[in-house]
Amino acid sequence: MKTKTFESALEEIEKILRELEEGNLPLKESVAKFNEGYELLKFCNKELKEAEMSIQKIADKNGKLSFEEF
Amino acid sequence: MESDSKSKIYSVNEITTHIKNLIEDDKILQNILVLGEISNFRYYNEKHMYFSLKDEDSIIECTMFYNSNLNLDFKPKEGMKVIVGGYIEVYKKKGIYQIIIEKMQLAGKGELYLRFLQLKEKLEKQGLFKEEFKKPIPRFPKAIGVITSLEGAAVRDIIQTIKKRYSHVRLIIYPSFVQGDEAKYTLVKGIETLNQLYIDVIIIARGGGSFEDLWSFNEESVARAIFNSKIPIVTGIGHETDFTIADFVADKRAHTPSAAAELVVPSEQEILNLLNEKKDSLKQISYNKIEILKREIKGIKGRLTALNPSAILERGYSITMKENQIISSTKNINAKDMISTIVRDGKIESEVKNKNENKNF
Repeated sequence: MKTKTFESALEEIEKILRELEEGNLPLKESVAKFNEGYELLKFCNKELKEAEMSIQKIADKNGKLSFEEF
Repeated sequence: MESDSKSKIYSVNEITTHIKNLIEDDKILQNILVLGEISNFRYYNEKHMYFSLKDEDSIIECTMFYNSNLNLDFKPKEGMKVIVGGYIEVYKKKGIYQIIIEKMQLAGKGELYLRFLQLKEKLEKQGLFKEEFKKPIPRFPKAIGVITSLEGAAVRDIIQTIKKRYSHVRLIIYPSFVQGDEAKYTLVKGIETLNQLYIDVIIIARGGGSFEDLWSFNEESVARAIFNSKIPIVTGIGHETDFTIADFVADKRAHTPSAAAELVVPSEQEILNLLNEKKDSLKQISYNKIEILKREIKGIKGRLTALNPSAILERGYSITMKENQIISSTKNINAKDMISTIVRDGKIESEVKNKNENKNF
């Protein structure tokens, strides 16, 4: 899997759900998909909990940028 | 008209109709904006408005019908400077040409309004407002750029709204003037600067103000910077009724700074609900799958049971064998052969006395 973001993880979950819904997968693969989906959900929840809000403002001195906490 | 027009005598109606066709087929005259002063204003029964529009050198008759003047946001009066939009019509019964007014604005708002309309038309023609150029706003942004003044209420409103809804983002504020001559430069600079950073979406915001106050957002350079931005831009400028050129070019327009913030971040509760929903469907689908498999296994078991020879014994039949071969014909059997008969609960050993090859026993 590519670098995981909240968004890509959610997309992946939706894909897994679709595959499972179609019901063509062998049992062993279904179970694997289910576990994968569960892990992705855990990842999403973790992402949500961990990211904290930060606010910065840009100081632009003749094109020289610096960031200051706001 | 025929070439021998000099010798031909026209009726009044014929020549008037010709003039009318000439004027009303003209593309320019059918979509015009005119600046002038209201004179000889007549408003019979508060329905249709009739007046002249004049400047120092000229005068032109105007009519604004009821369905057009219904939504005017001011009361036209003698001597007012206005900009009207509409088309030229020839009124045959009176032999006059006049502007049929579809929209009218106080020019007291300045020639600015005219500039606004002209720029809007120009950029629209160039396709800057087209839906196909609008970039989608990401559902779960990680970094949001905000271009606004640090002084106004807008910046506070945006921070508060985002904090309340979804506090998992990085806000990067580019302080900009949002009014006055400097504003357009800092707005453009802000857009260009934020485009060099890893940012998912940009909010351009300003609190309410007069048409003149919001003017910087009607500058062509600002419009072009918004159009050229690689990062999607959401505007939240002024109040609900204010429209600026920036709003038309932006990928998404919100009514106010707070509304722009709301548009840009998802609500945390909604996300949690979404995740729970996914979890439930994942469980449900897996449960269903297992149930289906269970049922399938049951079905197969039933069919296997039916095919199992011991099921035949259960039903009261028996199997007869000779030297571990099932006897299904009289052919290989002779008197004195030892055979065994398998029944439900055991085995019977016997010796063959004789055989009868006649089927009709």
